Amino acid sequence: MCGIVGLYLKNKALEPQLGRLFEPMLLSMTDRGPDSAGFAIYGDEVPEGAVKLTLQAHDAAYDWESLVAALEKKLGQTVGWFRNATAAVLKTEAPEAAVRAALAEIAPDIHVMSAGRSIEILKGIGLPTEVTERFTLSRMQGSHIIGHTRMATESAVTMAGSHPFSTGADLCLVHNGSLSNHALLRQDLQREGIVFETENDSEVAAGYLTWRLGQGDSLAEAVNGALEDLDGFFTFAIGTRDGFAVIRDPIACKPAVLAETDDYVAMASEYRAFATLPGIENAKVWEPEPATLYIWERH
Amino acid sequence: MKTIDLSAATVRDLNQALHDQAKQLTEREWTVAHPDGKHNIAAGIDEALKIDIHGHAGYYCAGMNKKADITIHGNVGVGVAENMMSGAVRVKGSASQSAGATAHGGLLVIEGDAGARCGISMKGIDIVVQGNAGHMSCFLGQAGRLVICGDAGENLGDSLYEVRIYVKGAVKSLGSDCIEKEMRPEHLQELAELLARAGVREDPKHFRRYGSARQLYNFKVDNAHAY
Repeated sequence: MCGIVGLYLKNKALEPQLGRLFEPMLLSMTDRGPDSAGFAIYGDEVPEGAVKLTLQAHDAAYDWESLVAALEKKLGQTVGWFRNATAAVLKTEAPEAAVRAALAEIAPDIHVMSAGRSIEILKGIGLPTEVTERFTLSRMQGSHIIGHTRMATESAVTMAGSHPFSTGADLCLVHNGSLSNHALLRQDLQREGIVFETENDSEVAAGYLTWRLGQGDSLAEAVNGALEDLDGFFTFAIGTRDGFAVIRDPIACKPAVLAETDDYVAMASEYRAFATLPGIENAKVWEPEPATLYIWERH
Repeated sequence: MKTIDLSAATVRDLNQALHDQAKQLTEREWTVAHPDGKHNIAAGIDEALKIDIHGHAGYYCAGMNKKADITIHGNVGVGVAENMMSGAVRVKGSASQSAGATAHGGLLVIEGDAGARCGISMKGIDIVVQGNAGHMSCFLGQAGRLVICGDAGENLGDSLYEVRIYVKGAVKSLGSDCIEKEMRPEHLQELAELLARAGVREDPKHFRRYGSARQLYNFKVDNAHAY
């Protein structure tokens, strides 16, 4: 099972309401995925040359203030930050690699959920409603967002095994389906230097895209490679800095439906997720074709 | 006429009220408002009711239908009219995958497109799709007729038994053991009757007929001695 949902706003006037519009979409997919949930929201962009990282601790009372102070000292750069439940968002002009290296040394138990100029990935175990309330999704603003509700099949129910998975700067993946060749593919990717945190099959798909994009592939080239190299069932939604993309495997067992109006493009596992969107009665609603890449991006 | 609004009532309330009509028929005409993609709407009806669903319905809408005449004024999710026994189901929009799956009888009309596996394992239903039908349509089709006025996707009619398939548009590819067959006068007549019943204005002469070549294992009498 699992449910995936995405919302991309064409009308900038709706950006202050992104979280409020998206929350019922994600919650409507609870019976497809009650184990854990997560979302990647794009907005509050940092200037060129700066980086934003979303970090996650196990404990809501984690002492981020001390961590940031230690990071600033190590990097010799200021680090802006705010807390959101168990997560913290850091913004700095220090290079991403230097921040990651410093974090690995100072706080190896902290997970880096995402990095980029716009993306924030927030996720956790529990019913989707617990996760959206934990991070106060309804009050978040932004240009686009993708999310996932998980019914675990291939690996344990953990925060690290929940979606979305980061696949590079401002990129992430959510997956509905299961992959059958993930064990072998994981070994191949590990030889290429890709690091995995879990036994999760979707993380392998994310790692595959990270690897292809790191080799200089465009998103379309990387996704076409995935159609060749991934064996199994999948509907993917891929978040990018400027929008999102949707792809189904050639057999198209896993559902997907799209809706478009002048104000937004929405995707979901089922139409139910669109029922609360404004103007949905007159939206164009259709199912994406198998093995066909759909991309919406602002230019 | 009775109206049930699914923004207030549950699908279980609706279906129970519809099923109760089989015991004592008090209301023949029903309208369903705000389906909002909910699953199992008007499933398992066992009486000649007329039901209009205004909006998009979710999975298994009108599943197992017997006798009822059900119209969905919108799109439907997976498995519309699955295992239908008799009656009629009309989708004014498009249908997701496995429309009319395993259905034994009745008429399913899809005015838009049908997704993949339309009529999979159909056992006697007649299906008329005014738009295109997706890949693997009519897989393992055993009995009934499938009419596609648009194009058919890959592997049409794979491992067919006795379904007759009529397609007006292009067929991307035929499945295993599915072949094109001659359109004889009885097929033109059968198709004209089907189109008329579905209320679809098309000329039967523009269609091609496909069916089973009956060359797979189960059709070979020489394999009988294995039992």
